[in-house]
Amino acid sequence: MDQIAWKIGGDQGEGIDSTGDVIATVASRMGYFVYGYKSFSSRIKGGHTHYKVRIADHPVRSAVPETHVLVALTQETIDRSVHEVVPGGAVIADEGFQPSLPDGCGLPLIAIPMGRIARELGNPVVRNMVAVGATSALLGVPLARYEAYVSLKFEGKGQGVVDVNLAALRAGFEAARAVLPDGLGFTLPEVAEKGRLLMTGNEAIALGALAGGCRIMAAYPITPASDVMENLVGLLPQHGGVVCQMEDEIAAITLVIGASYAGARAMTATAGPGFSLMQEGMGLAAMAEIPAVIVDCQRSGPSTGMPTKSEQSDIMAAIFGGHGEGGRIVLSPSTVEEAFADTAEAFNLAERYQTPVIIASDLALSEWKQTVEHLPIEKVTIDRGEIAPQDFLRHLQRGSFDRYALTDSGISPRSLPGQPHGQYLATGVEHLPSGKVSEDPRNRKSEVDKRARKFQPLIDDPTGVDYEGPATPDLLIASFGSVTGAIEEAIATIGESTLHIGRLKVRRLWPFPATAFRKCLEAAGEVMFVEQNSTSQLRRLSELVGIDTSHATSLLRYDGILFTPQEIQAAIRSRFARQEVS
Amino acid sequence: MSEPITIDDLKTDEKSWWCPGCGDFGVLAALQKAIVELGLSPDNLAIVAGIGCSGKIGNYINSYNIHVVHGRTLPTAMGVKLANRDLTVFAVGGDGDGFAIGMGHFIHACRRNMNITYIVMDNHIYGLTKGQNSPTSDFGAKAKATPWGSIEHPVRPLQAALAAGATWVGQGFSSNQAQLVRLIQEAVNHQGFSFLNVISPCVTYNKVNTYAWYKQNLASLDDEAKHNPSERADALRLAVETDEMVTGLLFEDRDAPSYDSLVPGFSTTPIVKQDLILPEEAWDNLLAAFR
Repeated sequence: MDQIAWKIGGDQGEGIDSTGDVIATVASRMGYFVYGYKSFSSRIKGGHTHYKVRIADHPVRSAVPETHVLVALTQETIDRSVHEVVPGGAVIADEGFQPSLPDGCGLPLIAIPMGRIARELGNPVVRNMVAVGATSALLGVPLARYEAYVSLKFEGKGQGVVDVNLAALRAGFEAARAVLPDGLGFTLPEVAEKGRLLMTGNEAIALGALAGGCRIMAAYPITPASDVMENLVGLLPQHGGVVCQMEDEIAAITLVIGASYAGARAMTATAGPGFSLMQEGMGLAAMAEIPAVIVDCQRSGPSTGMPTKSEQSDIMAAIFGGHGEGGRIVLSPSTVEEAFADTAEAFNLAERYQTPVIIASDLALSEWKQTVEHLPIEKVTIDRGEIAPQDFLRHLQRGSFDRYALTDSGISPRSLPGQPHGQYLATGVEHLPSGKVSEDPRNRKSEVDKRARKFQPLIDDPTGVDYEGPATPDLLIASFGSVTGAIEEAIATIGESTLHIGRLKVRRLWPFPATAFRKCLEAAGEVMFVEQNSTSQLRRLSELVGIDTSHATSLLRYDGILFTPQEIQAAIRSRFARQEVS
Repeated sequence: MSEPITIDDLKTDEKSWWCPGCGDFGVLAALQKAIVELGLSPDNLAIVAGIGCSGKIGNYINSYNIHVVHGRTLPTAMGVKLANRDLTVFAVGGDGDGFAIGMGHFIHACRRNMNITYIVMDNHIYGLTKGQNSPTSDFGAKAKATPWGSIEHPVRPLQAALAAGATWVGQGFSSNQAQLVRLIQEAVNHQGFSFLNVISPCVTYNKVNTYAWYKQNLASLDDEAKHNPSERADALRLAVETDEMVTGLLFEDRDAPSYDSLVPGFSTTPIVKQDLILPEEAWDNLLAAFR
């Protein structure tokens, strides 16, 4: 078997996350590719939740419909998920709730007194570790693998906590072994360890920020962006930086603007409603040409929407949000590696173009763990953009520095507070090259044009898209963000040798890489946009810049559920059914 | 290292947008004088100004100025200060900017105690939008949007600041230059958040709270010398009993640790002067947690 999907379900607050983390991390340490994701709701206790871990010998970055091993802590888990369990799979359940499978489903039920074992160990909370022990027996993974990681995971909580968790693992393992039917079980052989990483997008964003020289982070807690802040709390203070939890998102973005104005690399991270609140601040940064890095972990909207569900519906807000016409750069990572690289590079772009740079992540990319082959740390460079040299400023009279000088590139060197004779007024009011306010019509036009001119080179920059596939594909699948994982897997496993499929992911949503994008679309027989929003925002965006999408269709999801490779394959097959390629 | 600064060094050639007789001229003059007397270099001075008449102050003072989004001077000023702790940082705005749209930040800035100075030019009216009531307008005050008189009670900024934990609270009057200059200097020297509310009359839209009215109603603590500014409760009582019609230093806590002194590991080397490249070995440790 080249892959196994393991899933645990239960009530929120029962350690579902922790259990998923153990299964995923141990598989990663054994050398497997892993993707771990869950479904949860916006509350702390109660409500059904599940965590699914895909374990494979090849890269996996998407949800799948099937499950091989289902671990049920409640009957609701069985009722909701047993239909996913494939023939040859099994259900492990806590005997305590008298689990029952639907009539005739034919699956083996491995009932173990998880709750009772935990209570006998004196800590009902370790019921989930009994489940891990049982999983260990079923998957054929040596228990020592789990013991090693669990010891490490709970190290900080004291030897007592470690011991009871280890005892639970062992008891679960033995209880499962005692009741496992002959011939049932999987094998996950040890593969050569690659030292790969297992990481969420938000963890990579935090590391990317650190690598990119970010030393100030300000944010307001919001799902699914809070852990960018929490991860940076563990990183920045050790490296001379600071993280500020603010009173709201407006304070967060304006603190970032103040810090960037003063010459630090600063960022914020938010989602949904918080992103809306930041729009005015981003307008100021665009107008006063102050760098700012904003991570938007997109979730279902508008308003509160579905805060715990992934969506890709903020791209118009990211590009055009706020009043007036301010320039922004919007990056779109689709993998954890890209989340790292884009975040590090965002600080270069923000300072080079003196403008807000938005990293448009999404909940699935931000929150779900995936295997990282290599974090491209060695590729990170630091480019502070154009800063007025001290030798130049020294000869100026105080107050005569033209901060917003009309240059050919549109980029005007900036001075930083503390630089002698570099004083100027940075303002959200329209201003002269000196920074002094002005409503002169000619100046207004020249400053607007100057700010717009800065972005011109990016439109033709081919790095804004990433294409993989034949030169003239029958079908081109266009996307951005985390859905790319399901698309890649769909293409890799569709098994249609006569159908040539290419995938085009947009890596920079704005300035839109129109030249490269158009070229790819023109070379394709047919085009399908796959997006997690209801209006096909990427397609609309490409139409906006004059790209013909009349030969395209859109496959859209906006129900909070992640795309699977299988449904993308089904869409491809139905599209090409007339060509008899199924 | 640098030459002594004069008032002229701090002036810009910008023509003023303020109405003749505006109290804000007095605040600007006192601020420039205080800066000169403190010996601060304009190179190391950052002024964050809000939106409104008062927010134009950055146009007239030759320092590193940033004129921001309405109501958000304080978080911006905090960002400037965190980035470069060697700078002297002022946030300056009006009563609408600070106590209406920016009230949330004001309260949190008080409890955060970052080492910055917040000057509010308080005229009890919205001037730049041509005469609506502000949060400090009196109950019953008639204005464009409340022709029958305000039915809301005014914000009392000094009490709000004291209740929120501000460690330095004072009030000045734009017409009392000597006291105002001294208060600004003391506010800057305070190691923590200093809040200086300055009565700065609007001669165009506020025909009630005029210079004459303030001169009649304001009492200066300098003349009385009975108030002990080291007790928060005394300061609150004074503010309540006088309905904030006092000028001078109401409260200071010299021992409260400032935000910057509490940030774990916050370097005395400003962030802007730190090396941004992380040593390679640091990465080995960081990545080990993900294996």
